[in-house]
Amino acid sequence: MTDQHTGGATLLEAENLTLRFGGNTALNDVSFDVRERELFAIIGPNGAGKTSTFNCISGVYRPQEGAIRLRGESLIGLRPDTIAGKGVARTFQNIELFDNLTVLENLLLGRHQEIGGRWWQAMLWLPPARKAELQARRDVENIIEFLDLTAVRNMPVGILPYGIKKRIELGRALAMDPALLLLDEPVAGMNSEETEDMARFILDIRDQLKIAMIMVEHDMRLVMDLADRVMVIDFGQRIALGAPAQVQQDPAVIAAYLGGATEDVIEEFESEHPGVTR
Amino acid sequence: MTTATTSQETPSPQQDSPVVVSEARGLERLTGYSRSLRSSEGGGKVPASARRGRPRLVTTYAADQALLNTPAKRWWTLAAVVVAFIAPFFLARDLLLLFSLAMTFAIAGIGLNLLTGYAGQISLGHPFFMAIGAYTAAVVAGKPGSVVWGLELDLSIALIAAAIVPAIIGLIVAPLAVRVRGLYLAVLTLGLLMLGEQLFKQWTSLTGGSGVGRGVAQPVLFGSDLSVRYAVGPVIINKDISLYLICLVLLIGLGVMARNLARSRTGRSFAAVRDRDIAAEIMGVNLLRTKTLAFMLSSAFAGVAGALMSMLIGRIAPEQWNIFLAIQMLAVIVIGGVATVTGSLIGAAFVVLLPRVLEWLAPYLPFVSGSAGGGLINVFQLETLLFGALIIVFLTLEPRGLFGLWYRVRTYFKAWPFSY
Repeated sequence: MTDQHTGGATLLEAENLTLRFGGNTALNDVSFDVRERELFAIIGPNGAGKTSTFNCISGVYRPQEGAIRLRGESLIGLRPDTIAGKGVARTFQNIELFDNLTVLENLLLGRHQEIGGRWWQAMLWLPPARKAELQARRDVENIIEFLDLTAVRNMPVGILPYGIKKRIELGRALAMDPALLLLDEPVAGMNSEETEDMARFILDIRDQLKIAMIMVEHDMRLVMDLADRVMVIDFGQRIALGAPAQVQQDPAVIAAYLGGATEDVIEEFESEHPGVTR
Repeated sequence: MTTATTSQETPSPQQDSPVVVSEARGLERLTGYSRSLRSSEGGGKVPASARRGRPRLVTTYAADQALLNTPAKRWWTLAAVVVAFIAPFFLARDLLLLFSLAMTFAIAGIGLNLLTGYAGQISLGHPFFMAIGAYTAAVVAGKPGSVVWGLELDLSIALIAAAIVPAIIGLIVAPLAVRVRGLYLAVLTLGLLMLGEQLFKQWTSLTGGSGVGRGVAQPVLFGSDLSVRYAVGPVIINKDISLYLICLVLLIGLGVMARNLARSRTGRSFAAVRDRDIAAEIMGVNLLRTKTLAFMLSSAFAGVAGALMSMLIGRIAPEQWNIFLAIQMLAVIVIGGVATVTGSLIGAAFVVLLPRVLEWLAPYLPFVSGSAGGGLINVFQLETLLFGALIIVFLTLEPRGLFGLWYRVRTYFKAWPFSY
């Protein structure tokens, strides 16, 4: 399964990302690349810099050093809405839906840049604006179907349960018709059934829509089952990058997660498993 | 835990029939399971048998997204419009003026609702733009005096100018205003209002100067002087009725335009900026552009309202575009209902007609005197008190205003007599 997805061309390159807040270094020289159709996972303890990485890619933060390129085009210094227009969509760790709007309107907002028609055409409801709105509705209805949101279509998002909201956020990101989808903890706070549903949606997105994804997640089972490659960061530094099975065995990762792995333990481990490299 | 278990736990449902997806970024990418359900333009016909006996069944997205999407709304709106067009011929002159004034408040209220209700940018500077609209109309269509300018052009040109000039001024001011939000924006627009008031007092060739004022636009529309009486068949149209009808037509036109805007991509982006601006930006909404547009459109609505208001009053002084009018405008949208066009209509009617209703009621209330200086409180004090109290009541009990109240009543009776 792994090989089939990682063979593609490079979609996103991040080189030597360094992000500082005053004297605090959130990201320190982090490099990685995401290939077409790949499901790339970023894991690490809380405060490691996972969400900061997302914020750098989507333009909320500007890294002090380093480069981010989407299909060779630099994203550094662009406004978030410009980056969105280039095909980067994301979901948020703490749901950032527009609570007063209905599910339908939230999804339509995802299609904001795709909908044609100028504001004055919309005011007079002239054919260009009218047709664009109807086309957007058709497209969004497909996503509603895809994510099984038909029953809540016209409800204001604010009153819906947490699991559904997570799904709506995924739908809103999908509505942007992205080349790269950033998922920030898609199953955080979900029960096992909801987690399984979300896992299926993520697999469907990869297999049917062929969208490359970067996923930040604490649910290790989900990450190890789904991801093609995993990057581990700790204290803003990349400590491992590779296939899930490979990363799981990495002593630095074990040390970061369990703590207390001294150099002795690492040496002992390396002598026992000669094939594994850091 | 290996990747091999993945395919067992979560088998891909379409492994047998791999979907061919085009590489191009396009609409094709969005079709998963729903590919077969995809309705192309003109497709998706619902058979007549499904519609039989269910005349209210919505079978197209266009019908679902229509402005008046239920028969009840269509009939009530039609009835209201017909009544509004017939009413001026049966109303006394002072009531007619009051209703016309309420409509200008409604137009201004809709404009403020676009900015404050939909886009979430609190503004106290609305009267400033109303004043610019009023003075633009007065200069374009007014008579020149010994001091003041007047071009004596047609009212149609004056009204268009009264929308465009404030919009341009709004566009100039917007880059400053979009940098701040919330309370800071309220104070910034208050500063604008004060600057404007001072400017209007000094600029005598435009405004006639402090304490003097100037005459307003002449009601000459498309070459016909509306200040004389016209007999159209059996009905007689005088100046007041003409002004009422102009206000009504503009209110309907601008109201429909605002509703159209609100249901379009622009309206959604306004709401997105209001609710979560960072998320909106990541969804591809340009914050600066969106806020600027809201500011500009709101100013244009205010300008038209100001021009009409000045014509109803008959003479305008630079002092009348003050903070009290700004607060009245905020009251229109808060009492009527934030982010609803219908609410602005109800709110404007309420704010303008409340004093008159209280005047009528005063003789029947034992502790209220009809004139200043008698009884426990007089009618003017009661009006002020009630005004303040109502704002408090609506903010705490019904944040969606009178429209929210109406909405709740309507939903209640939808299922009546069942509780749910």
